[in-house]
Amino acid sequence: MQHSNIKRREILAFYISISPWLIGFIFLTLGPMLVSLFVSFTEWDLLSAPIWTGLENYRNMLEDARFHQALKVTFLYTFAYVPMDIIGGLWLAMLVRTRMRGVGIFRTVFYLPTVFSGVAFVVVWMWMLNPRGGLINLILAEFGIAGPRWLLDPQLALISLVLMSFWGWGRSMVIFLAGLMSIPGELYEAASIDGANAWNQFWHVTIPLLTPTLFFVLILSIIMTLQTFTSAFIATDGGPLDATLFLVLYIYKQAFQFFNMGYAAAIAWVLFIITLLFTFLLFRTQRFWVFYLGEKRE
Amino acid sequence: MNQSAIYETSIYRLKGWRKWLRYILLIIVSIIFLAPVFWMLSSSLKPEYQIFATPPIWWPNPPRWENFTEALTTLPFGRFAINTLIIAIGSVIGHLISCSLVAYGFARLEAPGKGFLFILLLSTLMLPYPVTMVPLYIIFSRLGWVNTFLPLIVPTFLGNAFYIFLLRQAFKQIPPELEDAALIDGANFFQILRYVVIPISAPALATVAIFSFQAAWNDFLAPLIFLHDQSKYTLQLGLSFFRGSYTINWAYIMATSLVVTIPVVIIYFVFQKSFIEGIGYTGTKL
Repeated sequence: MQHSNIKRREILAFYISISPWLIGFIFLTLGPMLVSLFVSFTEWDLLSAPIWTGLENYRNMLEDARFHQALKVTFLYTFAYVPMDIIGGLWLAMLVRTRMRGVGIFRTVFYLPTVFSGVAFVVVWMWMLNPRGGLINLILAEFGIAGPRWLLDPQLALISLVLMSFWGWGRSMVIFLAGLMSIPGELYEAASIDGANAWNQFWHVTIPLLTPTLFFVLILSIIMTLQTFTSAFIATDGGPLDATLFLVLYIYKQAFQFFNMGYAAAIAWVLFIITLLFTFLLFRTQRFWVFYLGEKRE
Repeated sequence: MNQSAIYETSIYRLKGWRKWLRYILLIIVSIIFLAPVFWMLSSSLKPEYQIFATPPIWWPNPPRWENFTEALTTLPFGRFAINTLIIAIGSVIGHLISCSLVAYGFARLEAPGKGFLFILLLSTLMLPYPVTMVPLYIIFSRLGWVNTFLPLIVPTFLGNAFYIFLLRQAFKQIPPELEDAALIDGANFFQILRYVVIPISAPALATVAIFSFQAAWNDFLAPLIFLHDQSKYTLQLGLSFFRGSYTINWAYIMATSLVVTIPVVIIYFVFQKSFIEGIGYTGTKL
């Protein structure tokens, strides 16, 4: 009797404690999701009543060249950005994991750029890459190279966005650093007694034990990169010639510039399905390469 | 994990030429990472005619400090700063209260349906903002909240999947004996959260506070959608408005970007230790 009473109190406490999230989930996530799913089957300009058009919006996507461009831009950027972010962040973390004088200063320097907001980050690089007066082209000029027009060049605009992303590696660096710190030192000692050099230790101790962190960073990085918005909105507004028209920017334009709420909602749902697919596939691969210390393989 | 013990291992120490090589590498990379900051600072102090000068002027002499006062008064940046601060502080309070409560439930309490609800929580991480953006706009405009800070602050009191996840990981690492003792002494679950769990989770809570402050301070898409009057603008909106105006004055933009970023830099320096520690505690197991 006493026991089941405690049990009941615990169940009640659980539902009270998660109630803020549950309320938010129902009213700010699930409800709006269903509404947007409905809206995606309509034509709606926010002013008059929505008109049911069935699959029209989804069919239009098949023929919309700008949507195809947005899809292409988003995929290209994600496939270039995510590996760079992971390799770059891990490389920086390896550089600053060593215990030596002043290493804290270097950690701070590498993390510093990530405190710049999306807007300030992009504005700084617009100026750095400015064809006239930008530091990059000024330095190239010192070596007698005529710098390109970077963000203003349709061929280079997307590449410029990828290149400047190195400045944000500090974010994944701190997560990797935390992961590296939790690797038991004895494992390295055992490896070096067995004659493993630094390179072998990296591939056979560090990387396997870091796979949970790698998986975590990979998932978050992909989800966030698929939703890139600010850099394109600020730096290029999707141009030149739609060279940086990211999906979320296109959704924003359809919704709040052209007031095609239905079409915007439909594209948003396609983005959601793409994200789910990526995450699902990654989770399926997890058991082949992610190794949790102290956990038996089933 | 005892970090000082880890550090005794040879891999964390470099000797002789390897050590100097590492220093040289670190300095080169640091120069690359600091170059944009240097160029911001240098450009922000140049009179307009020096910005595009050939040959380039690497550092203005004398520096023109008036750029800062002029840039910050062409638009009401003081107002923008107060607006941003209200939203950011509101978000931090909202997230700390709601996320620690929810995380405690998921970390420590048992109830039917918990596993399913936790998967539901994690899957909301995958939901792109644009999916709910339009309906949220409609909801908040029906409530008359458009052009107020409420659409940006109120949702933070209803939790955030990522912060809940981080705190749950941290709470799970607390030895259950501590709570059992309090339970036997007759404390209820919420007293345990308040007096046992929260005090020893300071690093994790600090991490969430920093993430939340930084996210609110730097948010762009949501303020862009919900705040229309210039008097309601956040710093980020002000900064982007600046860029969009007819004549781009790069000295002003660089000065503003620097000033807008400084508060986050200060917060980072103040909390930097507990920040990196906090990430270590929360762990990253999905």
